[in-house]
This record gives sequence, C-alpha cells and structure tokens, in this order.
Amino acid sequence: MKEEFSCSSDKSCCGQASAEAPSRPCCPAPHWQLKSILTPAGLVPRVRADLQFADSLGTAKARVGINRMRYSVRPGVYAVGNPTKDSPVLVSANYKMSFDHLRSAMAGRDAWIMVLDTKGINVWCAAGKGTFGTDEIVNRISATNLDQVVAHGTLILPQLGAPGVAAHRVKERTGFRVVYGPVRANDLPAFLDAGMKATPEMRRIRFTFRDRLVLVPMELVLGPKYLLLFLAALFFLGGLGRGGYWFQNALTTGLAAVVLSVLGFLGGAAVAPMLLPWLPGRAFSIKGAAVGLVPAIAYAAYRILGSEGTARALEIIPWFLIVPALAAFYAMNFTGSSTYTSLSGVKKEMRVALPVQIAAVVLGIGLWIAGRFV
Amino acid sequence: MPQLRYLENVATLVLDREKCIGCGMCAEVCPHAVFAIEGKKAKIIDRDACMECGACAGNCPVAAISVRSGVGCATGIIIGALRGTQPTCDCSGDSGTSCCG
Repeated sequence: MKEEFSCSSDKSCCGQASAEAPSRPCCPAPHWQLKSILTPAGLVPRVRADLQFADSLGTAKARVGINRMRYSVRPGVYAVGNPTKDSPVLVSANYKMSFDHLRSAMAGRDAWIMVLDTKGINVWCAAGKGTFGTDEIVNRISATNLDQVVAHGTLILPQLGAPGVAAHRVKERTGFRVVYGPVRANDLPAFLDAGMKATPEMRRIRFTFRDRLVLVPMELVLGPKYLLLFLAALFFLGGLGRGGYWFQNALTTGLAAVVLSVLGFLGGAAVAPMLLPWLPGRAFSIKGAAVGLVPAIAYAAYRILGSEGTARALEIIPWFLIVPALAAFYAMNFTGSSTYTSLSGVKKEMRVALPVQIAAVVLGIGLWIAGRFV
Repeated sequence: MPQLRYLENVATLVLDREKCIGCGMCAEVCPHAVFAIEGKKAKIIDRDACMECGACAGNCPVAAISVRSGVGCATGIIIGALRGTQPTCDCSGDSGTSCCG
C-alpha cells in the first residue's frame, strides 16, 4: 500500500526530475503521484487531477490546524495529463492545498506544474513574505531545467503571487515571460481557452460567506491560547466577596463569568466573521462589539426578568463592557485572515480599539468585583 | 450582500503619473480593481479598496508606484509591537504556533 508522506525540502529522497542514481533509497511515492514521464530535463512525475479522500481529509485537517505547517509537496516540476513542450506551465506554492486546487482545476487538460519552495506556505502569504517570489522562481527554473521542458518560455502565475514577484525581473533574469493567471484556479480552464485572457471578475478577489466560514475553525483553534488564562482568572475571582473568599461563589458567579466570556469569544471569532457584511461599521472591532452586545442583553434580560427586581446593576453592567470588548478583540484579529483590509487600516483601527477594549475589560472586571462589596 | 469595504483614507498608495508608461501591469495584478488605464496612463480609481499588498508596486517596470505593504494582521502587529519590530506573524516554517497557512 502506498504511503502518504510530506517532504520538507531538506529531505533527500531519490531524484525525480533529474538523473540521480536509482540505487538511492527512495521515499514511497505519494498517493497523488503517477508514473513519471521522460523529458529532455529528466523524469517528471505525472500527478492525478482527481482528488482522493486522503486529499480532502488533509484539507480538513489543515483547516483546523492539524499538521498545517508541514502540509507540503516537494518543489519541482510535475505533469498533469500528457503535456508537451507546447503545454502551459502553471506555477504553484508547495502548500499541498494550493497544489491540490491547481491540479484538480486542470482535470482533463495537459499542463506542467512548477512547484516553488514556499516552505509549505500558501501562495498569498508566501508572496507577502517573498518566498513565492522572483528569486525562488529564478532558482527553480534553473534547478528544474524548465527551459528544456517547454519551448514557449512562458510561466502562468496565480495572480495572488504578484505581491512577491516582479514579472519584468523574471524576464530579465531567465528569459521566461510571466503571465498572471486568474485569482482562482477554477477559472484557469476558461482563462486558457480564451488565449490566456482574464475577465475583470477573474482578477477580483472576493470574500464570500464560504470563504469566511472555512477560516473560522482556525480562529477557534488559535484564540484560546491566552483566553484560557483569562477564563481561569475570572473563575477564581468569582469567589471574592464580602467576608473573604468563598469557593461556592466561584462556582456560580465565576462560572457565569466564564460562560459570558466564552460567548464573547465565540461572537468575535465565529459569529462576526460569518456575518461580516451585515454587521454595522467598517472596523472589525465595531462589528465584533455589536455581536458581543447580544449575550450581554440576553444575560440582563435573564437576570432582570428572572429575579423579580432583585437583580443588581453591578451584576449586569460589567457584562456590557466585558463581552463586547472580547468580541471586538477577536473580531479585530480576523482582519489578518481577510482579503480586503490594509495594514494601514488595521494599524489605525487598533490604535483606538485595543486601548478601548483593554479599558473596558479592566473596568468591567473592576465593577464586577466591586459589586460584591457595596 | 452589502459590499465589504474597510476604512477610508488610510491607504499609503502613491502613483506617479509622470513616470507611468501605461503598460497596464498595475491594473492586471490588482485584486481590488484600484487602477484603470485612462488615456494611456494608469489612474487610481478606488484608493479605499487598496489592501496594500504591493503587487502593483513590485510589478511596475518603471517604479511609478509606491505603497507601504506588510503583515496586516492584528496579532502580527501586536507581536511586532511587543518585540519592538515590524509587524510579524512569527511565521517560521517550524513553529507550530504560526498563524499563516
């Protein structure tokens, strides 16, 4: 049975796109790899264009942070279908999800795929960091002898690789012409059929509900890192009251605090991203705060209606500060996953929002504790 | 669905139309249609849609565009501020706590 493996670029397995001695011990070929074809530059592995269960499983795991930083493909040249020296060359990052999107988009077609070493990072992030970049393209062309594989001297790059690549520099240094393909791999067939022409919509990035939804699991996985400490602190602070410390109070008061805080976190990390376009304001922190008001209002209603007038203001008001502040903070963090916020905008937003969030939480906790002593 | 727009008047995008040769690369690589080619030169038609990715500046063959690009995530800015560096996600390939991917 063929084993799945993910190679970092350091591992030395038997050569695939070059003429290395076949007696070297080989890594088992991944399930998506088929027999190699012989080109003037050496052996090039053909890859499947249909995705298997293992690929979908890998994608699902990466979306929740399992093995996400080592989910990569060996850099080099691969073949989809039966490409010739006239077939297009599509450039990819070596993050396996990027690679999977690309090869499945090319089902039924013939193309070469040149996979860059982006350290297992996707196209967009790698382009921002420069690893999906001019230098790597130049090096990879040289390492794979791509000029012996194709005659047309053209590379098709994903449009979102553009922040890391200077097309005119690639041409100067390698002779290869860079053409920017569509944003989404799915548009590649239409792009190619139109003679490497993109429609305006192919060149626009969107941020649809589905785009936002698949990002939420990672927000939920990464969020609790410091949140748990905060929750633990709240839980124990719940026990403070007149006459010293009562653990019994920690259970009721502290627990309520924990539940409300978790709702604030979920509001900012999950609900706000999903409802983004429909929430008020342009700043993500404001959208988050709006979501965070809901648990506070619900709790207030619960206390007021359920206690026949004995609910005290200082047991309710703190949550109108703490829950929206938490939701605002986590929603603000979602800017890093968005496709349309700018660094300058996020800096401006944070300059105001972060101090307000911190002040609101501190004041809220202060009132929450003080309420037990007055 | 209401259009998603971020803050106004914050983008650091600058186009020098004097230097521009109208090659159209900026309009081609921009994922937010910030540029259009008008009268054989590029023009910024939607500055507030700019996400400062830097694709335009990097692909302008005559360096007519400048923009301050960088890691734009809140966590990265906080980490950078705490370390006294530029915003960074600490996206080293070996770090299990990276937020990239």
